[in-house]
Amino acid sequence: MNDPVVQVQHFHKAYGNFVAVEDASFDVYRGEIFALLGPNGAGKTTTLESLEGLRQPDRGQLRVLGMDPVRDAHLLRNQIGVQLQASGMPGSITVREAMNFFCAYHQVAPRFDLLKRLELDEKLNTQYDTLSTGQKRRLALALAIAHRPAVVFLDEPTAGLDVISRTELHALIEELQQQGTTIILSSHDMAEVEKLAHRVAILLHGRIAASGTPNELTSTGAGYTKISIHTEPPMQVDDFTFPGVCQHTLKDEYDVYYSTDPAASVYAILEYIKAQHDQLIDLRVERPSLEERFLEITNHREAVR
Amino acid sequence: MTAFINHVNFEFRTGVRNKSLLLLNYLFPLGFYLLASAMLTGLNPTFNRTLIPAMVFFTILTSTMLGLPEPIVSARESGVYRSYKIHGISKLSILFIPVLTTILHTTIVALLIIVSAPLLFNAVLPVNGLGFALAYLLMAFACSGLGLLIGVIAPNSRAAMLLGQAVFLPSMLIGGLMFPSEMLPAALGKIALLLPSNHAVNLVNGWVVGGHLNFNAYGSAAVLFSGGALALGLALYLFNWDNQNRIKRSRAVALLALLPYIAAIVTSLVAHGVG
Repeated sequence: MNDPVVQVQHFHKAYGNFVAVEDASFDVYRGEIFALLGPNGAGKTTTLESLEGLRQPDRGQLRVLGMDPVRDAHLLRNQIGVQLQASGMPGSITVREAMNFFCAYHQVAPRFDLLKRLELDEKLNTQYDTLSTGQKRRLALALAIAHRPAVVFLDEPTAGLDVISRTELHALIEELQQQGTTIILSSHDMAEVEKLAHRVAILLHGRIAASGTPNELTSTGAGYTKISIHTEPPMQVDDFTFPGVCQHTLKDEYDVYYSTDPAASVYAILEYIKAQHDQLIDLRVERPSLEERFLEITNHREAVR
Repeated sequence: MTAFINHVNFEFRTGVRNKSLLLLNYLFPLGFYLLASAMLTGLNPTFNRTLIPAMVFFTILTSTMLGLPEPIVSARESGVYRSYKIHGISKLSILFIPVLTTILHTTIVALLIIVSAPLLFNAVLPVNGLGFALAYLLMAFACSGLGLLIGVIAPNSRAAMLLGQAVFLPSMLIGGLMFPSEMLPAALGKIALLLPSNHAVNLVNGWVVGGHLNFNAYGSAAVLFSGGALALGLALYLFNWDNQNRIKRSRAVALLALLPYIAAIVTSLVAHGVG
């Protein structure tokens, strides 16, 4: 993955007095799934739309496959696939017509196999306006990848989808990546990003607040591992007497310990239970999630502001 | 070429599939034709001489001034044009294909009127078919240009409808479609030269039925052609891919589309004076 296919250098974009993105820089490599994470208004869509050639940057340099997305839009159009946040489609176009229509402009044969894969094959003659939100999102994705682009931009691809559709879409995204497609997605869904993305950039107020692999991001925070224990009778430990433990709470029937040294903490806790002749019912050890790390970064930045 | 045919095919079907467009392209013009022809031929027996051109021009006005602008605004607002841009569809295709399909719809209705009017209302067929066809094409070209420009500059659907009505209603009242423009007061007759329908009727009077001319027929042809070309050019220039149309400057620039019509008024004033 050493070949950068998307390069963003000191990208700046404002709308009047509102600065949407400020001095953002990152690279995305061939075959990578890269996620932009951030709250509403953080600048994710502006960044994606500028890379797609829909918006002209005020400053900085954007390159997709070595080309300028605005100036070389005509050269890029068959190389990139885009699923917009609000996938605009003529209301009266049927699913079949949409596939024929957009594939004709990309000069490729219509991909009805994709419609079948995304369970839209029974909706071929249904007009766009009468499709459900999930069906519209799936159609937009099918149209975005029908011409087999090298780079795919997905703006909140699973928004409004049910669990089954979401799982199917994740499988499709992973399959595309395995075929060598580079995927850049924006999402609010932390679990989705943690599951799919190789690398993540967290955008806050138009700036990149943190970036790295999900593991790097979660390990660079406060880094507490959560150890939840259910014993019979309940543990009666008044203080953080175990090594590495810096916080203790009670949740339902569980004692929850936050530890900076989970191996030492777990060993000590088990020793304690054995010594007390208590019965261990359940033990769970959880790394901090991307969501927790995201909230930590967000709260820290808000406090600084 | 496949993409172009696909696009034309889809846009043409939309003109029938979309209920508003079906109404404005077919049901309203045909309903009005049947009703107004029955009434006006009873009131004015000579109306059968101009019935076909008047009803055909009315059809063009409803399709282009009321039917064409609003779908352009809705498509822009719902992000359809952004999708089109991403898929590499040019603004030339986006703007001119709806014009082409609108003209196709009006042609179908025009043919229905031409075929049925002599049978139903004893209407006189245009003796100079070529002249009438040319007048039809020039009127369709000029009105499509204006309709497209309205769709491109209108900030929202309501404004598009109002701007379309601002051309449609005066055309009905003083555009020479329902009663001859020589019946108008002289000053109003000059103002009517701002309207494409007035020039189209003038062309028919000059080339087809030999009626009253309030302006040189070739001059009217030039006004319609240059007005259409200017409006189409401005629509192309001012077209905005984005969901919202906030650029007020474009609305001022769009007024340039009226230049050929204003030139016609000035020419007429210089030649004949206000009275």
